[in-house]
Amino acid sequence: MTGQTEQTAGQMTGAKMVVQALRDQGVDTVFGYPGGAVLPIYDELFQQNDIRHVLVRHEQGAIHAAEGYARSTGKPGVAIVTSGPGATNAVTGLTDALLDSIPIVVLSGQVPTFMIGSDAFQEADTVGITRPCTKHNWLVKETDRLGSTLHEAFHVATQGRPGPVLVDIPKDVQFATGSYGGKETRSTRYAPPTKGDGTAIEALARAMETAKRPVFYTGGGVINSGPEASKLLRDLVAATGFPITSTLMGLGAYPASGEQWLGMLGMHGLYEANMAMHGCDLMICIGARFDDRITGRIDAFSPNSTRAHIDIDPSSLNKVIRTDIPIIGDVAEVLKELLGVWSARGRKTDREGLAQWQAQIGEWRAKDCLAFRNSDKVIKPQYALQRLEALTKDRDRYITTEVGQHQMWAAQYLGFEAPNRWMTSGGLGTMGYGFPASIGVQMAHPGSLVINVAGEASWLMNMQEMGTAVQYRLPVKQFILNNERLGMVRQWQELLHGERYSQSWSEALPDFVKLAEAFGAKGIICKDPADLDDAIMEMLDYDGPVIFDCLVEKHENCFPMIPSGKAHNEMLMGEVSTAHAIEAGGAVLV
Amino acid sequence: MLNIKAGSTSHSAYNLRSVYSDVEERHTLAVIVENEPGVLARVIGLFSGRGYNIESLTVAEIDHTGHMSRITLVTSGTPQVIEQIKAQLGRIVPVHEVHDLTVEGPTVERELALFKVRGEGDARVEALRLADIFRANVVDSTLESFVFEITGTPEKIDAFADLMRPLGLIELARTGVAALSRGPDSRV
Ligand SMILES: Cc1ncc(C[n+]2csc(CCOP(=O)(O)OP(=O)(O)O)c2C)c(N)n1
Ligand SMILES: [Mg+2]
Repeated sequence: MTGQTEQTAGQMTGAKMVVQALRDQGVDTVFGYPGGAVLPIYDELFQQNDIRHVLVRHEQGAIHAAEGYARSTGKPGVAIVTSGPGATNAVTGLTDALLDSIPIVVLSGQVPTFMIGSDAFQEADTVGITRPCTKHNWLVKETDRLGSTLHEAFHVATQGRPGPVLVDIPKDVQFATGSYGGKETRSTRYAPPTKGDGTAIEALARAMETAKRPVFYTGGGVINSGPEASKLLRDLVAATGFPITSTLMGLGAYPASGEQWLGMLGMHGLYEANMAMHGCDLMICIGARFDDRITGRIDAFSPNSTRAHIDIDPSSLNKVIRTDIPIIGDVAEVLKELLGVWSARGRKTDREGLAQWQAQIGEWRAKDCLAFRNSDKVIKPQYALQRLEALTKDRDRYITTEVGQHQMWAAQYLGFEAPNRWMTSGGLGTMGYGFPASIGVQMAHPGSLVINVAGEASWLMNMQEMGTAVQYRLPVKQFILNNERLGMVRQWQELLHGERYSQSWSEALPDFVKLAEAFGAKGIICKDPADLDDAIMEMLDYDGPVIFDCLVEKHENCFPMIPSGKAHNEMLMGEVSTAHAIEAGGAVLV
Repeated sequence: MLNIKAGSTSHSAYNLRSVYSDVEERHTLAVIVENEPGVLARVIGLFSGRGYNIESLTVAEIDHTGHMSRITLVTSGTPQVIEQIKAQLGRIVPVHEVHDLTVEGPTVERELALFKVRGEGDARVEALRLADIFRANVVDSTLESFVFEITGTPEKIDAFADLMRPLGLIELARTGVAALSRGPDSRV
């Protein structure tokens, strides 16, 4: 409403303060679900038009939607939940955001301060429950402190290593009147250093000059650092000619079409990427954290390399892998300085060594580790993704995923040219993430193509969000690779548990087309490879949410694979490239 | 590349220590925190959640107007684990400073303990005599019991407890360690 005089500072109720603080933070969208303990805030939301509220169908959906919004925009995502069950439903999403370092601000209602501790209706110790799954959290007991706390919450969520924060607001604090002083009232203490140590940066520049087999190993930290970091990374790779790989979290920071791109590394990473990590003499880790899905067996990890590690979080350094050149700082700032120092020293590299290294990498590449045996009878999941890639790669496209084989295939077969275009649950591996995340992304980018690459089992975990997608006319495309299996579980059981397929079937699946229709959306089913392109085009052409039930080969395994506890050079390969590596590898595993 | 820090253990003959050694060390940390609700739970939750040891932990407000508390923490682990503990503590938002007193130089460490010893005859006399040697004070007495107050290093208190046990020690309360660096300067 225009013409209405909005109070922006001074005395106001806590509930009004919440809305004003969100406004002052530039928040345009919140995801949430009302309940008794947040009614005053919902009343204020009702009486304004600056902030859109998206009513999800489950609080877990609100948090993942906020994550999707955050990851695709670089801005913090915001969610509002009620006390008790509302807050406990948020726990999975908070943990997901913590492990993937996603900035989100969750506001939870709480029973009135005078009832805290009395086991009141819908009372839960929300700050206690969420303490280990947030970067920080607050229980606000006085309305006078609400405004400064909310601004502090945004600050903490976004500064340093980003992460989820939660502000628990008792109902009486929302009703009471207090003073609000705007953004500047937050305490200014929390300020993690962003500038890297000059001596260490110089040491890295020197190591780059003499390295014969260097590799950049990059992660989500590059994307979190912002677009400037991705740009500097591209400059650095172009200037040095060093090959580059990335974690699942970091895809898009360096373009998949880039000359030096090795593809993703790790458990289901590409052969050339993992072999390069194993064989390198200089590893430059940028904003990644040596997760166990990346390193494989620690004592066999990259045995002959000097490791440099750039990270904004000091606790990431030397946590799992010994680092020779630790650099604590913001990726963009450190890369800028590194480029400067290395340039000032004459932009030297060991060209001869590099040429040999590139030749070696070329041999590994030639193995064509993603080759698979296609079929004209049944849709191979890899083929489905190749076609999806071919038909969408030139569009303004965002991809989210669920968790399982389909997620790994999506990472392998889809190409990401820019940061913030790929949203997947990496650290926590949360089935049910992708659908609500796609809703958050579509809210932030109404005109863009948003596709959730899903497995049928994961997708069912938050399928209630179909209601949200239809209500807000969000044309999210749910591309379900339906193998009627908990495919990734089935794969492990095949390879590691003697083919005893304990509980890894998807029984009693819904008819996805009818399900879509029941929600007022469009359903498409496709099972013949010959029909696939047309079906995908039909999905893309439809202006509204679509559930695409892509019936794929049920027993396909995802390769390459480094089995748990194995080293990078002990990869299992797909059936096409090395038929008996599976037998040999499989035998060892039993 | 070996990351060697000078003067890093109080009990090393060489004052050298590799961050990648497998030898467990005992370190005393001073953690300066904002005195806000839940801050102790955060620190303790970090130790339990990540499986680190707490040998002793004391906390009290040290600056009322500035709302600051000091946590003195004794922990043990390999050098790599100790470094990780410090980095993890530093990540907690209301933690202002983390000082590894063991690495930063010589320290004084003191603990206070109260001992209730019950007995008669020779045992009672012997307890009182030993208390005197240990400079313990009698803070409560009845015809059949004493409560001793003793201050000292944890080792001294351990030694006193070993002696009191056969003499009728029935109850013991210890505060845990408080520690400061020696010398005229403050690093905190
Ligand atoms: C919430 C949750 N529960 C259990 C798991 C363990 N898990 C990992 S992948 C997977 C199977 C996923 O099946 P689906 O979504 O159909 O994907 P597919 O592997 O078949 O492509 C399971 C159960 C998980 N990651 N998340
Ligand atoms: Mg499946």
